[in-house]
Amino acid sequence: MGGDAAGPVPMEGHDFALWEKRVDALMALCSAKGHFTVDGLRRALEDMGEDAFENHSYYERWVAAINQNLIEAGLYTLEELGTRMQVVAARGRTYGDASGA
Amino acid sequence: MPHDHHDLSPSGHPYRTDNDGPLTYWQQMEIALRELLIEKGILTAAEVSAQIDLMDSRSPANGAAVVARAWTDPDFKARLLDNAGDAAREMGFDIGVLHLIAVENTDMVHNLIVCTLCSCYPRNLLGLPPDWYKTRAYRSRAVREPRAVLAEFGITLPETVQLRVHDSTADMRYIVLPARPAGTEGLDEAALAQLVTRDSMIGTGLPRALE
Repeated sequence: MGGDAAGPVPMEGHDFALWEKRVDALMALCSAKGHFTVDGLRRALEDMGEDAFENHSYYERWVAAINQNLIEAGLYTLEELGTRMQVVAARGRTYGDASGA
Repeated sequence: MPHDHHDLSPSGHPYRTDNDGPLTYWQQMEIALRELLIEKGILTAAEVSAQIDLMDSRSPANGAAVVARAWTDPDFKARLLDNAGDAAREMGFDIGVLHLIAVENTDMVHNLIVCTLCSCYPRNLLGLPPDWYKTRAYRSRAVREPRAVLAEFGITLPETVQLRVHDSTADMRYIVLPARPAGTEGLDEAALAQLVTRDSMIGTGLPRALE
């Protein structure tokens, strides 16, 4: 990416949503506790390929990369995650409803 | 800033699409993995909240205080350029284990910071990076045509000024020590800190001029 050609720098910003702040916090806490490192995060991000940078937002890529590292670290299984994601989705149609537990 | 003023919040940002929008797949994943980590005793909900509060408490004002101290205290400035992490810790800022390196702008040298690999940023001092810092466009072009990038931020450097671009890494973060604006001899440290912008500490901006 560094050194590639690209268009103008987009200047617009946004306020971070609660779920984005939580993803950021999960990264900080899991790395502080020694479960994986920033390098592990970046390796998973780079494994996604260039399309991911076009099609997913920053913290979408981060949550996927954190999840990849946590599963590799054996903290939970893909099955546990899938089951829990279904439970979460069944709670409601919005982030507020689904995370309200 | 070239903002389109439609659909902006009172703070000047686009309205965020978080808690009341339809639940996305990635939000579902965030909730699920956070709950699993809490249930397995790896972290607590209180730790997550405290970490969010900690990041929210970090802002460019912290970096501005460091810069203003360096502008007024030559000994502190020498320590900052020698070891920015230790100098910031002197002022009570929690820099963590990362190496923090301050690079000084002068009449002859302008410094610009980027992370071409991802989004490494002096976040423990300045808070979370602006969105543009994380974009493909900035990360690609800052090392390819930095003067053109600076021009988009409204900075045109004379050709005689050397431009140094610093690429951050996971454990080495940079902060720019901007040059003290002319005509500020009479200002105290607090007033000087008001002139220091976030972008001036990244190198995509300059301190505010005196009114």
